[in-house]
Amino acid sequence: MNSFSIADCTTVDAALSQLKDDAVVKAGGVDLLDRMKDGIEQPTRLVNIRNVAELRGIRETDQGMTLGPLTTLAEISDYAHIREHYQILADACGHAATPHIRNMATVGGNLLQRVQCWYYRSADFQCFRHGKDLCFAFEGLNQYHAIMEYGTCPSVAPSSAAVALLGLGATVELTSAKRGKRTLGIRELYIVPDANPTKFTVIEPDELITAILVPKPAPGTRSAYQKYGEKESFDWAIADAGVVLEMEGDICKRAVITMGAASPVVRRSAQAEAALAGKPINEETARAAGKLAVEGATPLSMNAYKLDLFPVAVYRTVLLAAGKMNRDPSAAG
Amino acid sequence: MPDPRESIPASPPALTTDSGKSGISRRGFLKGAGLTAAGTALLDGVQGFTSEARAQSPHGVTEFGPGAIPVRLHVNGAEHTVEIEPRTTLAEALRIHLGMTGTKVVCDRGVCSGCTVWLDKMPVNSCMTLAIDAIGHHVTTIEGLSTEEKIHPLQAAFVKHDAMQCGFCTPGMVMTCAALLERNPHPSEHDVRHAVSGNLCRCGTYPKVFAATLDAAGTLRNA
Repeated sequence: MNSFSIADCTTVDAALSQLKDDAVVKAGGVDLLDRMKDGIEQPTRLVNIRNVAELRGIRETDQGMTLGPLTTLAEISDYAHIREHYQILADACGHAATPHIRNMATVGGNLLQRVQCWYYRSADFQCFRHGKDLCFAFEGLNQYHAIMEYGTCPSVAPSSAAVALLGLGATVELTSAKRGKRTLGIRELYIVPDANPTKFTVIEPDELITAILVPKPAPGTRSAYQKYGEKESFDWAIADAGVVLEMEGDICKRAVITMGAASPVVRRSAQAEAALAGKPINEETARAAGKLAVEGATPLSMNAYKLDLFPVAVYRTVLLAAGKMNRDPSAAG
Repeated sequence: MPDPRESIPASPPALTTDSGKSGISRRGFLKGAGLTAAGTALLDGVQGFTSEARAQSPHGVTEFGPGAIPVRLHVNGAEHTVEIEPRTTLAEALRIHLGMTGTKVVCDRGVCSGCTVWLDKMPVNSCMTLAIDAIGHHVTTIEGLSTEEKIHPLQAAFVKHDAMQCGFCTPGMVMTCAALLERNPHPSEHDVRHAVSGNLCRCGTYPKVFAATLDAAGTLRNA
């Protein structure tokens, strides 16, 4: 790992004052140290926010819930109120990475982790996302890559928490010392590679995530998240599904279906949602939603299997959310 | 047999140094830590950056590096001062600076959990934790689990059940399972499986790890 200096901060104001001269923010450090050890980033100055107490913790409010961005994935998945009312979020945070990493990794860091494309992650391959003009995945090994909405970079969205938080309609509060606060939806946080390949999120160098706001679910809401991987633990998803259903009796008033490992930025599937809205949740409607979730997909040379896997992930997670199927024993984590 | 740790210098040279901008000056460090002349005596007393110094930094910022500075780590019930750079991981501080080589570094990326230690009884990957982030926390390593007189029941159970082959994952595996027993005295086999789901054992000793941990749980409950 390269040598660097560090500004160890204990308050938000202190951290904001240090965000200058290409300083890089370190929270849990899991993804940042990984990138530094792999040599794809070599910042000379870090701003350590890990000890900023005001950015950590879960607060229940009249509007829903406020997550401090430094709250760890383990703290979120173990929190009783979240397990009861935001199952999708408990599932997503509780099945990411390994138990030890969940003890260290923060939810803010999980949202901002870089894509896991093995070409991007190798210092030997200077690709589009590193500011060069080529992608190695289209002609190379692309079995874990995107099947839709990829443009010039078929990496996939790596954050499980984003799949859950997008489903819940969460927003992220960003704070800058100069410009104050602004609030963005989860989808708006990310930049598609074609718009700007080297800038993964809209967060400016002088901004910090200072809160994640999760609205209170409407009455009758049920939710779930499941991911499928090559390994039972540690690995990122090869297919995943977040499902939020607003039920009125047996009828689904409104459905939100989210996916991470299909595209470079976390997505909602309007087609799959339409297949459930106004209908009962059963084998037939859940299957239809699964099928529609990959409509329009254009797989690469090695990942057509995702056209079969995503529909199954969505179908089973819809039924899991509705309480009509148990958690899939073949799902990862 | 002499203790191999004795041959390791207490304060080894930094792995690499960036001459020219190496190190923080003592004055700069004290300034950053917000310590006055009165505080200087305090620092001499505690010999290193502490969580108290962090809390007292005047504008909520302490700047240091890229060179080494002395920091105070609490490991296995004892206070240690180590001179580390900001980039030094907890695993490196333990192994290289403190000579505690029981903690193994295998993947160095948080994938295998071979480097598992406790931060305040919570298992973490020491390879992906900067040593400065351990300041103010109680670190427990495999060296701290047993005492001279008494082996930890889980380690005894690992021996009894032959829960290892090459042994490289074993310290991490033991620390993970011992942390589970700290927070759950009645684990099921599912609980043990879940707890070690990040600990890779390429020899495949998992069934014996499960048996040893469940056995040790019984021993601890009856103790």
